[in-house]
Amino acid sequence: MSSTEHTVDAHVHRDDVGSRMGMWLFLFTELLLFGGMFLIYSVYRFEYPEAFHLAAKELNTIMGAFNTAVLLTSSMTMALSIVAIQRNQKTLSIIMQLITIFLAIFFLVNKYFEWTAKFHHGIYPGSEELLSKGSGEILFFGLYYVMTGLHGLHVIVGMFLIAVMTRMTRREIITKDNYVRLENAGLYWHLVDIIWIFLFPLFYLIA
Amino acid sequence: MAVESATIKSNGHEPSYLEYKGKHTGLLGWILSTDHKRIGILYLVSLSIFFLVGVTFGVLMRLELIAPGETIMDAQTYNSIFTLHGVIMIFLFVVPGLPAVFGNFVLPILIGAKDVAFPRINLMSWYMYVIGGLLAVVSILLPGGPADTGWTFYIPYSVRTNTNVMLALFAAFTLGFSSILTGLNFVTTVHRLRAPGMTWFKMPLSVWSLYSTAWVQVLATPIIGITLLLVAIERWLGVGIFDPALGGDPILYQHLFWIYSHPAVYIMILPAMGVVSEIIPVFSRRTIFGYKFIAFSSVAIALFGSLVWAHHMFTVGMSNTGQFIFSLLTMLVAIPSAIKVFNWVATLYKGSIELATPMLFVLAFIFLFTIGGLTGVMQGILTVDIQVHDTYFIVAHFHYVMFGGTGFGFFAALHYWFPKMFGRMYNRKLAKVAFWFLFVGFNVLYFPMFIMGWLGMPRRYYDYLPEFEPYQFLSTIGSWILVTGLLMMIYNLYHSVKKGEVVTEKNIWGGETLEWQIDTPPIHENFLDIPKIETDPYQYKGNEEVLEKEEVS
Repeated sequence: MSSTEHTVDAHVHRDDVGSRMGMWLFLFTELLLFGGMFLIYSVYRFEYPEAFHLAAKELNTIMGAFNTAVLLTSSMTMALSIVAIQRNQKTLSIIMQLITIFLAIFFLVNKYFEWTAKFHHGIYPGSEELLSKGSGEILFFGLYYVMTGLHGLHVIVGMFLIAVMTRMTRREIITKDNYVRLENAGLYWHLVDIIWIFLFPLFYLIA
Repeated sequence: MAVESATIKSNGHEPSYLEYKGKHTGLLGWILSTDHKRIGILYLVSLSIFFLVGVTFGVLMRLELIAPGETIMDAQTYNSIFTLHGVIMIFLFVVPGLPAVFGNFVLPILIGAKDVAFPRINLMSWYMYVIGGLLAVVSILLPGGPADTGWTFYIPYSVRTNTNVMLALFAAFTLGFSSILTGLNFVTTVHRLRAPGMTWFKMPLSVWSLYSTAWVQVLATPIIGITLLLVAIERWLGVGIFDPALGGDPILYQHLFWIYSHPAVYIMILPAMGVVSEIIPVFSRRTIFGYKFIAFSSVAIALFGSLVWAHHMFTVGMSNTGQFIFSLLTMLVAIPSAIKVFNWVATLYKGSIELATPMLFVLAFIFLFTIGGLTGVMQGILTVDIQVHDTYFIVAHFHYVMFGGTGFGFFAALHYWFPKMFGRMYNRKLAKVAFWFLFVGFNVLYFPMFIMGWLGMPRRYYDYLPEFEPYQFLSTIGSWILVTGLLMMIYNLYHSVKKGEVVTEKNIWGGETLEWQIDTPPIHENFLDIPKIETDPYQYKGNEEVLEKEEVS
């Protein structure tokens, strides 16, 4: 958006600590964004503990556990890609980033099948099947779709972010001496991961 | 602020930021600029336009209320107008107001930096602001009509009404994002870009208040973001979250709404307090009294202010313990605010006060904010709150704080930094006349609302009982006086940007902070060389010595 002549020293002058600080502040806002939803979840679970327990039985724990493993692995490959670039192994770093993206796609495909299976059973917002259930179950599935949906949106954003990083690594904009962007993308990816770590037990394991 | 004079060079050849030519020229040179000063001006222009729209709605509301019954609009229109007035004034004027305009313009200069930490994100936040503003305006024009929920979007009405609530929600969401980006930028800027030697306690006080504000922006705004998003999802897809028909809890919505919207009140007022702390020492020629107390009270306000939200909800049904705790915390918040007021007054004491326009606005701020603040404490008392809840008393209270406080603080800042921003001076006499119109009009407009509220006039009603007629009439007259003052002020400033008396003097007010040591208007990168800071801000030694001698004799 900006021109090179228009930019000031703050651009030319690199401040990795500053960039990382900005990223952490952004992550705080993301945590609070999800925090609001976790708060709503805890209030309703407190209000309807039994309905939540029953509704959770409808979820496929094995698929959820599998997806957890996929995301955890992707966090590892992301971290490895940063280590690789620190050691000046450009190709390895790119491969690790591509694996991360692949795992993210894998996660989403899995999620897609999970959601469509629910749809086939008639469980989706506003469906007759769901509305015939009690308030607690309506709320549980409402939160399930919204929270995993918003998380899925973050996975997509993260994928794009990593794809941009891969391109930058290939063009040697991200190098051994200047990898703060990749690090920040990694931080974002770990956030996406850690949110899932909380979503998984709260929705799948309370049955 | 004493700085090695040699470090702040100006060769007089460097073009000012207004004349600076980058890759783009003309309008593009502005809307694609990442210069924090130009972004500040962009905000000033767009903010003023939305402010005028908000004022127009306000005046129309007052006109409707001049007599009982339908005067110029029907009830539905009135509902939409007060909603738009609220949404525009809160999300497009008072929340972004001081940080986005003056924070952008002076914060980097005050800490001796060449720009903010993330200049491109800074520009992006302006675009988000404009998009959010346009969404709000578009909602007026589209079929369905503007939202009629009030700026609070309370459930369940906000999921049931057929008006364009979605657009208003997305507008508020986008504006929230813009606010977060500004906050994120300022926190990082203050941490990373202070000039060498500028320790935390050598920062000017407005930097402290902008810094505290920025933290609240970063930490509180996401909550409203997700809450409004959930309302939108609920409207759009019928997902059960807050709607009681689907088992949801509308009071939970109110909690989440106020978890942001109460701290937001401090996002609005803190920067104005910073401006006051900046202007008072300059126009009373005294070192600020109780620097550390003012600095820490900003942080304390940000902290306590985040824990008092439920005092907006004393009548919705809450446990007695909850009410007691929130009532207590509400009163505690008054302490740091009072600390500030006492320190300002102590700074004025024995100062050689110059009643220039910025100082007039600041004194009005202290007066109006004290009234607004003390009535706020009244509402924090549970028994009183049940009497005045949702009455004009509340309306009067928050207009005293938000308009009398933040609004007047904004005008003070505008008159204070105007010559630095544009290198021109406004007509000082006209500015003072406009001030008096604003001050008198303000009180005539809002003070009767305290009385009406105490007598039981509910807010947001488009009609009223005949006994309120004299007060309503007086209040409407007040709105005309206020608008006359506003128009005078705007004419004066607008006219002076191009035709005002040229100012080249660096330090027109005799200020001690860094912005008064650089060129007027500043050069593109503010400083040729980053200054070295050696002493505290606000050094008015000469004056202090005279005072001490007087004391001795």
